[in-house]
Formats: sequence, C-alpha cells, structure tokens
Amino acid sequence: MNAIPFIPFLLALVMSPLLPGSINRTKALFAGRRGPPLLQTYFDLWKLLRKGAVYSRATTWVFRAGPMVGLAAVLVGAMLMPLGNCPALLGFPADFFLFAGLLGLMRFFMVIAALDTGSSFEGMGASREVYYSALVEPALLVALVTVARQTGTLSLSAMCGRVSDGHWLNFGPVLALVVVALLIVLLAENARIPVDDPNTHLELTMIHEVMALDHGGPDLAFILYGAALKLWLYSALLVGIVLPATGAAWLDVLLALGGMFVVGLVVGTIESVMARLRLAIVPQLLVGAGALAATAFVLALK
Amino acid sequence: MTWLLFALAALLAGALTVLFPAWILRRPGRARWPQRAGAPVAARSGHRALPDSLPAIQSDCEISKAEPSGRYVSWLGAGSVVIAAVLGCVPAVRAVLGGPVESLRLPWPVPFGEFSIAMDPLTAWFLLPTLLLSALSAIYGAGYLRAWQGRRPLGPVWLFYCLLVLGMSLVLLARNAVLFLFAWELMAVASFFLVTFDHEDEAAREAGWIYFVATHLGTAFLLVFFLLLARETGSMDFGVWAEKGVAAHGLAGILFLLAIIGFGTKAGFMPFHVWLPEAHPAAPSHVSALMSGVMIKTGIYGLVRAFTFLGTPPLWWGWLLIGMGLTSGVLGVLSALAQHDLKRLLAYHSVENIGIIALGLGVGLLGLSTGSTTLTVLGFGGGLLHVANHALFKGLLFLGAGAVLQTTGTHEIDHLGGLLKRMPWTAVTFLVGAVAISGLPPLNGFVSEFLIFMGAFQGGVLLNAAIAVPLLALIAGLALIGGLAAACFTKAFGVVFLGELRSRHVFGAREAGWAMRLPMLLLAAACALIGLLAPLVVGNLLPVLENVTGLPHEVVRESLAASTASLPWVVLGSIVFLLLLLTLVLLRRGLLAGRPVVETVTWRCGYARPSARMQYTASSFAQPLVDLFRPLLRTRKSVQKPDGCFPRAGALKTATPDISREELYRPGFQYIAAWLSRLRWLQHGNVQLYVLYIAVTLMVLLAWKFR
Repeated sequence: MNAIPFIPFLLALVMSPLLPGSINRTKALFAGRRGPPLLQTYFDLWKLLRKGAVYSRATTWVFRAGPMVGLAAVLVGAMLMPLGNCPALLGFPADFFLFAGLLGLMRFFMVIAALDTGSSFEGMGASREVYYSALVEPALLVALVTVARQTGTLSLSAMCGRVSDGHWLNFGPVLALVVVALLIVLLAENARIPVDDPNTHLELTMIHEVMALDHGGPDLAFILYGAALKLWLYSALLVGIVLPATGAAWLDVLLALGGMFVVGLVVGTIESVMARLRLAIVPQLLVGAGALAATAFVLALK
Repeated sequence: MTWLLFALAALLAGALTVLFPAWILRRPGRARWPQRAGAPVAARSGHRALPDSLPAIQSDCEISKAEPSGRYVSWLGAGSVVIAAVLGCVPAVRAVLGGPVESLRLPWPVPFGEFSIAMDPLTAWFLLPTLLLSALSAIYGAGYLRAWQGRRPLGPVWLFYCLLVLGMSLVLLARNAVLFLFAWELMAVASFFLVTFDHEDEAAREAGWIYFVATHLGTAFLLVFFLLLARETGSMDFGVWAEKGVAAHGLAGILFLLAIIGFGTKAGFMPFHVWLPEAHPAAPSHVSALMSGVMIKTGIYGLVRAFTFLGTPPLWWGWLLIGMGLTSGVLGVLSALAQHDLKRLLAYHSVENIGIIALGLGVGLLGLSTGSTTLTVLGFGGGLLHVANHALFKGLLFLGAGAVLQTTGTHEIDHLGGLLKRMPWTAVTFLVGAVAISGLPPLNGFVSEFLIFMGAFQGGVLLNAAIAVPLLALIAGLALIGGLAAACFTKAFGVVFLGELRSRHVFGAREAGWAMRLPMLLLAAACALIGLLAPLVVGNLLPVLENVTGLPHEVVRESLAASTASLPWVVLGSIVFLLLLLTLVLLRRGLLAGRPVVETVTWRCGYARPSARMQYTASSFAQPLVDLFRPLLRTRKSVQKPDGCFPRAGALKTATPDISREELYRPGFQYIAAWLSRLRWLQHGNVQLYVLYIAVTLMVLLAWKFR
C-alpha cells in the first residue's frame, strides 16, 4: 500500500501546533523578546487535556458539542488538503467545496456554542465571526477556481501538484494575485492581525478568542488544536500553490515543510509590522481580497 | 392511475366531510363563538393577545369542552390528506424510478378543456415532496389547530387545506392548459383563504390581499403565455406543445419572459416576491410550511415544464436566470438577516432558496445552449434536488417556528431565548433544519448546492469566457449566500433557542405535543438521510433529467455518472466526520470522567449582576452585516438615547420593509391609482347601472363579433 497520501494528514496531525509557535517566535524576534518556547502550544494542549471543566449554568449540550463538531470537521478537512505536491488522503473533483463546507460547519457550531453562554461579549465575537467569514468565503472559492482554470484540473491535490515553474514564468501575475488573496483569506480565517488580534486580552477587540471565553479544559484543548489545524491547512494550501513540483516525492515533502514555516515567518512578520485594522475597515480588506481573486480569474481567461 | 384517482378522491372526500361534521355537530344550540369564554383568560395571563397565539394550555381545557367537533374535524381533514398522500405516493414513486408514463384523459365540458392528467418523472419528482410535506403538515396541523378549537370554526380551514393539496397535485398532473389554469386558480384561492385564516387581524387581511393581487397579476402573464402557445400550435394539450415546440426565436424569447414573470411570481423570484414575506407569516404555521415548502415550487415546476415547450434555449436565457437567481439569493438572504420576526425571516429565506434553484436551472440552460451535457445534468440535477431539499428543511423550520409561536405567543426573535431548555425536541430538529438550509455538510442542503457548484465550476474551468464569467459570478454569489445564510441561521437558532430565558414570553413555554413533534422529527431524519444517501438519490434523478432535457437515455446516464463521481467521496467525508465526532464525544467523556466538572455563572468579565436582557439580541447580532449592506436594505432606525444625569429609558426600533415593495410597487400602484381615479365617476354604487354596463358590454362584443 502506498504510504504517500497519508503523509500530509499525519504531518498535519502531529506538526500543526508548531505553526503558532513559529509565528510567536517570529514576533518575539521582532520585539527583541525571548518569547514562548516553540513547543508552547503542545504544552498548553497537554495541560488542558488533563484538566476538569467549568460550565456556565446558562449553557446546554450545544455549548459542549461546539468544540467537538469543530475539531471533527477540521480533521476531515485535513484529509482533503495536500501538502505541497504530496497528494491528500481524499481527493476528488471540487473537493475544496467540501473543505469550505466543513470549515463552515466548524464555524456554525463555534458560533452557536458562543451564543449558548448568553454572554454579550461572546455574542459580539460570534456576530463578527459570521460577518467576516461571509465576506471571506467568496474570495477563497474564486481564488481556487482561478487556480483550477489555470492548471486545468478540478481537485486540490491535482491543482497543487500541477503548478509548475512554467506557470509562474508565463502566468506569474495571475498566481501572484491569487497568492495575495489567499494570504488575506488565511489571515482573516485564522484570526490574525490585521483582522483580529490573537494576543489581546481586551475582549471587545477580539473575535475568535472571545468566542472561546467560557470554554475550558478538554473543550478548550479541542478548540486550540482545531485552530492550529485550520492554520496549518490554509498554510498548506498557500504552499501548495506557490511551490512547483520537483518530481521527487520526499524532496517535495521536505520543501513543503520548509514552506510551511516560511508562511509562519510571513504571518509573524505581518503581525509585527502592522496594527490591527479598525473593525469598519476590515470588510474593505476582505472584499479587496475577493476583487484580487476575480481580477486573477479575468487574467486567466484566454 | 387508479391509485392516483383514489388519492384525488380522498382529498375531495376529505374536503367535503370536514364541512359536514362541523355543521352537524355545531347545530345543537351551542354558543357559536365560545371564545368569549376563553378571551378573559388570555387577557389575564398577560399575553399580548396576538390572535395566533393563545397558549395551548388554556384553550385545551376551556374550549375542547365547548366544541367537541373541532378535534374530529382536524383528524378527519388530516386523515384524508394522509390517506391521499399514501395512495398518491405509489404511482409517484413508480414514475420516479423510471416506470412507464401513466396518463388518463376524460372529457370535460369546458371550452378547449380536457381532463387530461399524466404522471411522468418530472411531475412525480415534484409530487413526492408535495404529498410528503402535505401529510406531515396535516398531522402537525391537527395538533397545532387545537389552540384554535372553538375560537374559529375549523371545518373551513381543513376544507381549504384539502383543496390546496388537491390544487397543487392537479397543477403538477395537468396536461391541458385549461385544466392547469383551473388547478392553478384553485390553489391560489384555497391558499388565499388559508392566509386570511386569522381574518380579525388587519395585517393578515392585508397580507391576503397583497397575495391575491400578486398571484393574479402572475396568472395574467400565464394566460398570455398559454394563449400564445395555443395560437402557435393550435392545441391546448401539453403533449402537442412539447412535440411541436416553438420554431420562431423571437416568439420563444417572449414566451420565456412571460413564463419567468408568470411562474416567477408564484415561485417568488425577486422582485416578484412581494407577497411572500407578507403571506407566509400570516398563515397558520403548518400552512406556511406547505406554502413555503411546496406551493411556491409549483412555479418552478411550471418554469421547467415551459422549458420543454420552448426548444433549444439561446445563451441569454441562462444568463437571465442566473442573474435572477443571484438577485433573489443575495437580496433574499440579506432581507432575512435584517428581520427580527421569525416567520418573516423564514419567508425571505424561501426567496433565497428559490434563487439557488434558479441558479441551478440557469446552469442547466447554459448547458443546453452550449451542448455541454455535464453542465445540463449538474445544473438541472442540482436545481431539482434543491427543490426537494428545500421542501424538507423549510417545512421543518416553519413547523419549528410554529411550535415556538404556539407556546410563547410571539414571533419576535428578540423576545425569545433559552427555549432549548424548555423544548429540546423542537430545538434539535430546528438545528438540523438550520444546518441543512445553510448548505453545510453532512446534510441535504450541501448536496444540492454541491451539484450546482460543481456544474458552475466545471463550466468556469473548461469553457470559454462568455460562459465562464457568469459562472464565476455564480460561484462567488453562492459562496456569499452560503456565508450569509449561516450568519442568519446562527442568529435565528442562537437567539431563539440558546442562552438564558429572555422574557416573560418564554417562561411558560413547554414542548409541543407528539402530533407536532413527530412530523418535525421525520423531516429532520429525511434531511439527514438525503445527505448520507446522496449518490442513491441523485442516481434517481436520471429519468427526471431525461424528461427535462430531452436528451437520449444513454447520454444522460453516462454524463450523470461521470459528473457526480465526487458524491460518494463527499458521503465518505460525511461518514468519517460522524465517526470522528463519535470518537471525540467518547474521548471527552473519558477525559472528564472522575475529574471535577463545576457549574457556575457565565463569565462576564467581572460584572457580578448579569441579567438575561444583557444577552446579544438578533438585531445586534446582525447589525454589522445589515449596516454594510445598508444601500440594499434601507433599514429604518429610530433611536431614543438614554440621556441626562440619571438616564431612565432608552429604545431602539428597527424595521426593514421590503425594498421592492417600497421603491417599486408602492409608487407604481399609487401612480396607477391616481390615474384611474379619473374613472371614479363610473362607480356610484347603483347596482342597476352596473347591470346595464354588463349588458352594454355584451352587446358591443356581440356586435363586434357579427360585424
């Protein structure tokens, strides 16, 4: 049996918590701090998984189901996402629509879990989450359709595997626009600066973090791990589109892993050099991402 | 056919019998309106006496004594609909599975008319959800209307319910234009009386009139459509129309536009949807479910049937339909987002879903005109599957909204909250419907949207720019609609069912009875089943697609098999998801076993005196999106800010009236009314003169005939 398709899934399971660590290290480097250890997310997960739980009396089973549904959905998403040129466990035409649907399911349950607490802070976070994601979704799909048209393929694995240096030489602008659009999508979907601030403790400025305000113990561990996986998957998508295939499977995997940490570096750099945008400005950025992707599509029409 | 005739007869019998027991049992000198006894109770219990809302508790004990006939009538009516549905399903299932087309012709002494009905796969595909939802809504209605026993005579409700089901079935079965229009009118009139069921409420009466006017304007376009077709082919028979077709391109285009307006009014395409957000909330909830779930689909059926008469479509038909679909989809979901009335919100979602169906049909038409069978099969397949799916989840959601309305007495979302604790079954089924309508895996809404998306995606990737660009717009629009629908249903479910009990409306809430719960559970199960058995269900679309596209069997079969090869993978993904979820549930249970699990208050950042009124409301939840799309929605706000050193009261009121009603129809109708007021001198209330008008008109017509 061919082991190659299992590699992206297993690597995502094992290595995804490294990605937030690498972003934090980059930020620490910029700020001249020592910063938390690279493995901090693993420590957090380990600590949380050993704890008990505290629940609000207002909550119901919906609150408890949220993190589990979210993690299960993103785990299936991990089976759909290739790593660089290494094909995914499941690959079929239009698989990224299922990917988007699964992440939508994850969001749906996180949002209703937040609303279940009856807290206005979490309600506010939930409201902003659905607000931004509704604007991000078109950008993501249009960008992927553009890549599909450019490569003439229909599934994520084929798209990522098919992008060659020839594409970059001949259609550089198209791919560059797509990459910028997808980077904005990555930042917005994973609650990074300039859309959301993962560090702030002022609940009023947060989106993703505030929705998890009442979760603790294993539930919070599921949320943290799910978020790390989601970041990993979006980074893998970006890397897959940027990296041309070399032909050697193992070399491809190594290159892709390197690429993942370059994404971490880029995100960390963005977080270090700019501030969070005002909430009213964010939609312009997100709609802008969609416009970039649509422009790329028009350029890709021959 | 015998089964079918028995089914139709059962409906007629039901319609008649519900009238007579009501009459017979009401005769013996009882008070005709026993609600006078019940009314003070409603007032005392402090409910804002919304007429559709008298809590079940008091009406049960007070009124069932007063009028025993109510319950018999309900079970008679519901029973006959259920029997008819079971009988009718037999031939419908046979036809969907690809059996021979059964037909029946009886003479009918109406000029140009013939009682000609047939059950082909297309009819059966629409008839199955119609019968299923009719039966389930009827069972639900028998429970739901108990709150009205004695306050209204229930006989007429069930009469019109049976007639509505009969009308819908006949519309789908008719193969003669006169019979079709007769059934179309029967359906419209029956549903008008159901919408105005609560005729003491002025809003319901107005909703009824808007519906009546809108549906007849639509029918006027249909009349022209049928007459033009009849003149072209010299027959009123659908079979002849499908065979001969329309040769002239110009005429076909005009017919297409007439069909879009005529059938689109019933289906609820933006901007012909104005009656929908008025009529659906006004009707009793089980009727709303039926109207929103299946009655508006007769418009889609008519449109698809019309495609089979009009020959090969030019490209602009597909573009137009995609444009209409995008308008309806995006504006429908945005308008829904701005509503804080649960049933109005659901009604706007019907506009959105009709938009999604139109997108599918548009892709199918593009496929037909470019000769791409993949596009044809995926577009029509997705659109038609969405017809069935929407019937299931929208029916489910309206029934859930009805259960909430009945026990709390309000459809104002911002007054509700925390109902999951009181009505766990209703909440779970409503959640299933909410996930399904948001187009999320693993439920049925995702499957149909996946097919439509797949069609657009393949066209966008493989075809030339003239097709690819509209299809890209479709993909972006579908993604936006999906995101906004998720926003809207997290709002609806979250604010109504989650959090703390918000106001006095919900304190006394309790779970709906079994007659109401069972249909909701069955519909939820159907949503899940279609999601998990997607390849099987889509495989059964084969005869329907042949019927619609007119392509040869082999071509459709191969194309359907090739283009839906992804579906088993999608289902595999869904099953893996469910298994993983189960694993995580067990894992979490294992982890928490033996550890401290504490219950406390929600963390409010240090604030120690939380109150249920501090929860996020539906209006605040939707505010960012509503503000972003302000130019399209024109929400009216009136704010009373708390001011002074010791602020006491503050208030915020928002209302989002329908934009096409405000900006298009109101000015238009006012202009027409002003213009026509010049003819007011003709109206003076003198009946003799009116008779004279009629006589003169007849004579003029006679003279014109023999000129």
